[in-house]
Parts: sequence; structure tokens; C-alpha cells
Amino acid sequence: MTAPLLDVQQLTVLFEGARSTVTAVDNVSFQVAAGETLGLVGESGSGKSVTAFSILRLVPPPGRIAGGRVLFEGRDLLALPEREMRQIRGARISLIFQEPMTALNPVMRVGDQIAEALTVHGQATRAQAWARAVELLDAVHIPDARRRVRDYPHQLSGGMRQRVMIAIALACHPALVIADEPTTALDVTIQAQVLDLLRELRARYNLALLLITHDFGVIAEMADRVAVMYRGAVVEEGPVRQILRSPAHDYTRALLAAVPGMERR
Amino acid sequence: MSAPLLEVRHLVKHFARKHGLWQPASIVKAVDDVSFAIEEGEMFGLVGESGSGKSTTGRCILRLIEPTSGEVLFRGENVLGFSRARMRQARRDLQIVFQDPYSSLNPRMRAGDIVEEPLVIHKLGTKTERRARVEELFELVGLDAAHLSRYPHEFSGGQRQRIGIARALALHPALVVADEPVSALDVSIQAQVVRLMLDLKERLRLTYLFIAHDLRLVENICNRVAVMYLGRIVEMGETRALFAEPRHPYTRALLSAVPVLDPDTPRQRVPLDPASFDPAAPLRQVATAHWAAV
Repeated sequence: MTAPLLDVQQLTVLFEGARSTVTAVDNVSFQVAAGETLGLVGESGSGKSVTAFSILRLVPPPGRIAGGRVLFEGRDLLALPEREMRQIRGARISLIFQEPMTALNPVMRVGDQIAEALTVHGQATRAQAWARAVELLDAVHIPDARRRVRDYPHQLSGGMRQRVMIAIALACHPALVIADEPTTALDVTIQAQVLDLLRELRARYNLALLLITHDFGVIAEMADRVAVMYRGAVVEEGPVRQILRSPAHDYTRALLAAVPGMERR
Repeated sequence: MSAPLLEVRHLVKHFARKHGLWQPASIVKAVDDVSFAIEEGEMFGLVGESGSGKSTTGRCILRLIEPTSGEVLFRGENVLGFSRARMRQARRDLQIVFQDPYSSLNPRMRAGDIVEEPLVIHKLGTKTERRARVEELFELVGLDAAHLSRYPHEFSGGQRQRIGIARALALHPALVVADEPVSALDVSIQAQVVRLMLDLKERLRLTYLFIAHDLRLVENICNRVAVMYLGRIVEMGETRALFAEPRHPYTRALLSAVPVLDPDTPRQRVPLDPASFDPAAPLRQVATAHWAAV
């Protein structure tokens, strides 16, 4: 068996306060193979987003990675110098956030924001980057990309903004995309379009996807495997069918039972 | 058949949208000729996506927003014609639970005072009687009466929504407009709050107008449902019939977009083609207890 693309081993993240310390991520281990989608599911406070941010070493202070290893393409990201880490962030591993309005820069044209991802990583000159931005907007099915590339975020709908976010995430041909609740802020019909788009791009570029969500419906549609987080720990992990049909852990069962409509199926 | 508890007739709400100092304002038809009726004891679902006008409809019924035109008949009387004093009286019967339990509770008031406030406004009971009623309400919604003097931030999201429900129930309302009451909550907490609302409905003989975007939830708890799209009701009927056999292209697209919880069920997305239907078509009966604007 070949080594997985991402191998998180015994990751522990602490938030240290003056009086107490919270273990936000508690000895978490999981793997994502190239081209695979792992769903990381849990409720608020379960530590799923902190886990994702830890992989990119973006845990906000007072949070601190206290232990573990994050092996990506064979290297331990937690041991890399910051300069090398910067070449991975946004290039080999990119991130799609929940809220496209706050994640995009409101005073920058979307084309410049896509181009920035490329020029920062030295992958293109400005002119090349602009041409590539148009291509990427086309790839995420934004109609009339040549004109839309000059738009500011506020001129786009929520679904369109999320497509721009995805275009930025794809700009440098990442091997892994971390999507943190990518459709939570969207209406259900727009969510369906964005999920369809992610599925299409995943196949076209052989992307591995770490999909963070609280929605088992999204998991069922997208994930190959699922890891369920509860209070900072992974309490259950397995293939999506197994988790949905015969969950082993009490918390997973409770979570599934809470999804409307689940009990009848 | 007795008269419905609530009847909304040709409700219209237009907002003027200003574009700049010298440009003429344009009109947004947030609610565009909406009519429906709710029988006593029903859980009536009003569903739609953002901007469909579902929340505006709910607020117009309570006159939290003044509608442009139309009628809202509560027990046969037109609420929109009520004087200020009469409206205040009517609000005892018509209550609302808001979506966001964080912004809808005054952070500087104690939980007990928040629940008591409607009683104070309506000058009901003595101080002691009101306190007793607040304790009763706390227990009714599953909160600990020992926490009456806590502030909202000391409660979790689900508990805050219980405070909001207790406040809505303080005056023994007949109709509760629940405007996305659980969409800000985690799914396990959602299930608890929904169970509470269903339980209270039976115990207190409540009628709900349940506004939501979560179709899976509505399918499970509402007996009838109306689907709104761009300010209009495009389909309405008994939940089971409407979900089993949606007639309007928008309803079909909407239902097909809901993620299926079984990875082996083939996805059959129905794309919405706005050219495939007449946006001005009136509702017509397509089956028993089932109407669609087709």
C-alpha cells in the first residue's frame, strides 16, 4: 500500500487560558488518500475546524499545536520552517471557507484575487495570471467569465462568490482541498450546484477533499469515508455507507437520529 | 367546516429600493399576492429560499412590518384594520419565535425578566403571580427555574431558544409564528427544540406557522405546507402529497436539491428552468387538497 497523501497522527491542540486549558483537538488521527474525500463531521465545538486549521498551521492564538504529526506528501508539516510552509499553503493544500463574503477581499476585483494566488506562489506573471483567472472562472462555470473577472465580490451572488472561492483554491493545482462548511451559508438549490461543481472538479483534477460539515446529507452525497468528531476526539471512522447504515458509536447514532427524516429510511 | 384560525388574503408587501440620490427608486415585490389559511391545531409550513418572502409574510401577519395591502383575518377579524390598542390586545394571541436566539434576547436582561416582560406590558397579575407564571413557563420549556436570574450569555443556543419560546407562550397565544426557530442550532439540539415545540402544541393546543428553509424538517413535522418563490406561493397542499408529487417546476427543483441521506440513491437533480413556467400563473387545484401555480 502506498503512503496516504495526508496522514494526521495523534494531533493535539490546546487553547491555554489564564486559569484553564481546553483540549480542542485530542489525540486525533486520520488519513486521506490521493483523490479521496474524507468527511469530518461534528457539531459546533467538536474541534473539526480547529483540526483543519491545524493541518495548515493556522490555529489562531491562544491555540497551540501541542503534539502529533501532520504528514503530507511524506513531509511533517508541523516541523517545516515557516517559509516552506508558505509554499504549501494555498498551493499544494488550499482552503475553502464557509462564508464567501468575509473570505473574499471586498475591495479587490475577483480576477485580481485569483491572480494573486498564482503570483504569490511565483507560478505566473501578472498577465498570465489574469488569463488563468478567466480560465478558472470558466472552469467553475461562471457565465461570461471574461467580463465577470472584473467584478467585485459584492456584485456576485452568494453561490457565485463560493465559485470564486473554489477558483482561488484550485488556482495552483492543489493535491488537497480543505473545505470548511463550504455550502452551509447557501440556499439548498445553490448548495446542490456547488456540490455538483466540487464533485466534477474533484474528478477532473483528482483532488483529495477534506470536507468539514455538520450535515450528514452533504456527507452522504460527497464523502468516501467519514470521521465523526465529538469533544475534540474522533469517536468513529469508516466508509460512508457503514457509518450511515450501522453506526457503532452512541454519539454517531444520536447525531444520525437527530437528522430529520433519518428514522424512516 | 368552521372558519380557519388565520386567513391571509392577497397579502402584498413592496419595498422601495433606492439606488442613489438621483436615480429613481425601484420596487421590490417581497410578498406578491399571497393567500393561505391555517386551521386551528395545524402545523403549517411556509418554505422557501432566501429572498422568497417567507419571513416578510410572517412579520406582516403580526404587523411587525406593515403590509402594503391585503387582509389578515384572525378569527374572522381583519388584523390590519386594528387600532394600536386593539392590535396590542391581539398580540396576546399572536406571538413569534425568532430565528436567532442570540440577537432576539436582550443581553442586559435576566432570563426571568425576559419571559416576564410580556406579562408586565399587558399588566397581568401581581408581581408574585407573574413570578409564579415565569417559573411555570421555565419548567414548561424544560429550563431550570433556578436559572431565572441568569443572563442570556450564560445559556447555550438551545436553552436560549427555549427562553424565546417561553416568552412567546407567556400570554397563552393561539397562534405562534416560528420564523426559522431551529436553523441556528446544531442538529441534535434542533431535534430537542422541535420535539419541545410539538409537545407544547399538543399540551397547549397551539397552532403554528412554521417558517423554514429546511425541507427535511418541514416534511417531518408539518401537516400542510406552502412553497414560496420570489414573493409568491407556487405550491400548497398536504405535506405528504406535495412531497410525493410536486407539481410546480420550482418545487421539483427545490426537492431534488435536498441531499439524500443514502449514498446509493441515485441523484436526480431537476434544474430550474425559469422559462418552463409562467411566474404570474395563479394557484389552481391539481388534486385533493393540493394547489399549484401551473
